[in-house]
Amino acid sequence: MSRVAVLKGGPSLEREVSLRSGTNVELALARLGHEVIPIEADQHLVRTLREARPDVAFVALHGRGGEDGTVQEILEILQIPYTGSGVLASERAMDKVVSKALFRNAGVPAPPGYAFNKDAFSKMGAADTLPEMQQKLGLPLCVKPARQGSAFGITMVREPGDLGGAILNAMGYDDRVLVERFVPGRELAVSVVMAPEPWALPVIEAVPLGRDFYDFEARYTPGETELRSPRDVDDDIIQEAARVSILASRTLECRGITRVDLILDDDNHLWVLEVNTIPGMTDTSLLPKAAEVAGIGFDRVVADMLDLAALDV
Amino acid sequence: MNTHDVTMKSQTPLVGPADAARYDSRFSSLASGTMSSAMRDLMAITEQADVISLAGGLPDTEAFPRAIFDGIVSDMGSEYLASSLQYGPTDGMKDLREQIAILMSHEGAHARVDDILITSGGQQAIDLSIRTFVNPGDAVLAEGPTYPGAVPCFTAYGADVTHIPLDDDGMRVDLLEEAYARLVAEGRPPKLLYTIPNFQNPAGVTMSLARRQRLIEFSHANGLLIIEDNPYGMIRFEGEALPTLFELDGGAGWVVYLSTFSKILAPGVRVGWAVAPPAVLRKMNLGKQAADLCSSNLTQRFITEYLRRHDYREHVARVNTLYKARRDVMLSTMEQRFPASATWTHPRGGLFVWATLPDYIDTKALQAKALERQVAFVPGEAAFLDGRGKSSMRLNFSGVSEALITEGIGRLGEVLTDFCALHETLHPRRT
Repeated sequence: MSRVAVLKGGPSLEREVSLRSGTNVELALARLGHEVIPIEADQHLVRTLREARPDVAFVALHGRGGEDGTVQEILEILQIPYTGSGVLASERAMDKVVSKALFRNAGVPAPPGYAFNKDAFSKMGAADTLPEMQQKLGLPLCVKPARQGSAFGITMVREPGDLGGAILNAMGYDDRVLVERFVPGRELAVSVVMAPEPWALPVIEAVPLGRDFYDFEARYTPGETELRSPRDVDDDIIQEAARVSILASRTLECRGITRVDLILDDDNHLWVLEVNTIPGMTDTSLLPKAAEVAGIGFDRVVADMLDLAALDV
Repeated sequence: MNTHDVTMKSQTPLVGPADAARYDSRFSSLASGTMSSAMRDLMAITEQADVISLAGGLPDTEAFPRAIFDGIVSDMGSEYLASSLQYGPTDGMKDLREQIAILMSHEGAHARVDDILITSGGQQAIDLSIRTFVNPGDAVLAEGPTYPGAVPCFTAYGADVTHIPLDDDGMRVDLLEEAYARLVAEGRPPKLLYTIPNFQNPAGVTMSLARRQRLIEFSHANGLLIIEDNPYGMIRFEGEALPTLFELDGGAGWVVYLSTFSKILAPGVRVGWAVAPPAVLRKMNLGKQAADLCSSNLTQRFITEYLRRHDYREHVARVNTLYKARRDVMLSTMEQRFPASATWTHPRGGLFVWATLPDYIDTKALQAKALERQVAFVPGEAAFLDGRGKSSMRLNFSGVSEALITEGIGRLGEVLTDFCALHETLHPRRT
């Protein structure tokens, strides 16, 4: 039995989601017989960790600061093994632009896109490339902040004149913005256990009820999205989803349990949108649903995550 | 056994996420109709330390004199201990209702003591009045923007809200008349109008006398029930007080009046009130019985004794001086630091300034950016039920010191200027 510090909260936009994930994880750890030390990831985090002297840190933070390598670097320095991916893998996964570049090299199918930071627009006139961008990628487009979770700041662009506004909106959430071809299709999520021989949990489909795409509301409001096992999808596609999800997680060199978000388009092609290094553990999250479908349960997932806790160095 | 043991024991058997879905099909439609979660999560971050929050609606409670507080509490202990600790009648303590009738007369409103219902804050008065009249799907009129705190009440009871625009003279009564006629023609006559005529939250504007008169005439001619919410009427920095709609109604019974001690004394006491005709009050009383049986006797007694012994108007004058200075600092800093394309209201009282930015700015995105600079405000969308208000924001000046207002507005101005500049580069061929 270990002394487990559960890191939650923090200053990111996904603070509330993190608090909900953290509470669920704490309950599971207590059921597993561990000593639980809930820790708010505030400005006193390092001091609190030093005083608490945990054997291991369970990172239940989402978004910037907690999922982007920052907290991971702190834990490396303090030499406290932690759940989830290491510093670099966290950075790679958090940044959709970096992920996409790495996916391209590794043969992970990902929608084509372009990325610019704020300076490109304000200092190098990158706005003049908007027509080319639009022409090469085709409408509709999906504009996303590069480093932000939970669909904050994501806009669909259907009309040619709306791209600038969508970029401006995304810039509120990050100085770097990704403009991506929008791939319509079914939204799948595959949770991957990055054991020495990685394996995938059952594929879960998120079916938004009466909405454009899987946005923030749908993600965290019970009843607005149906999470289900896509029984009507061919088994070889399910196998392929597991394969590319493992490949994507390996490409970014992730640890622990990841959740890979994919689109299955109308031609039965799979597209990887992103890899989440700290999957949500809320009541309406995809990973807990996958664990339920797999018949292994939430506590087993938490136990596995804890077993895979490590340090980069 | 220490408290830690108790906590862990009580936590262990709780329902885990895998089983929690069992509740989804059981949640009432009322429980499902909650505030947008993106907004809620955004606002949760604003409560952190180090954030200069212009998002709240907090009065300055430090302005309340300690000696007065101590004196009342000590006398309550010797004279009213048992009754203060006891349940009270649902409609509230008679002594307090008498004091409220006197207080209202200072605003030129004449209420009968028996027509007053004490509520747990003004928020409960809003909740009770809406639940008393509104069925799911009923048409309801409200200003646009309306009080963000009323939005969850409208949503919970299924009100179909039509927003009536405001200008510097408050609600556009002419547009209200049009909206009313349209809804009547559709066979859905509005159940009621919810309005804050004085220093409206969030817009900060006040309804002119001419519009008040026209509104009452319209109400009488058409049988439009008005919920007049007046928490800020006394938080006036300049100009003359205008008669309440309640007074202009002249006892005809078309106005239900709501107010609170939150802004003139202290929100911590959670005491507000409603004034309504007996038939309406009976229904609201039943609603309150179900909600909380009665408001706290302890705080009702506190307020009663305060009103009996002290002139609350001295306290109001004190906070008004404070707030006026803060408003002045906010407006002058906005003048210096906000881009020319932004406009905002110039409230002559109350707690809020409502700013409207160029329509390409989504204030939720702006809020995300501003939070990186540790400044918060309320994105305008929170004040609408129909998704409007995307480019507006509510700024509070009462709860923050002048120095922090200057700093906060300054940072906000920089973020805004940045957004505007970025927009210029993104739309180079704009005509």
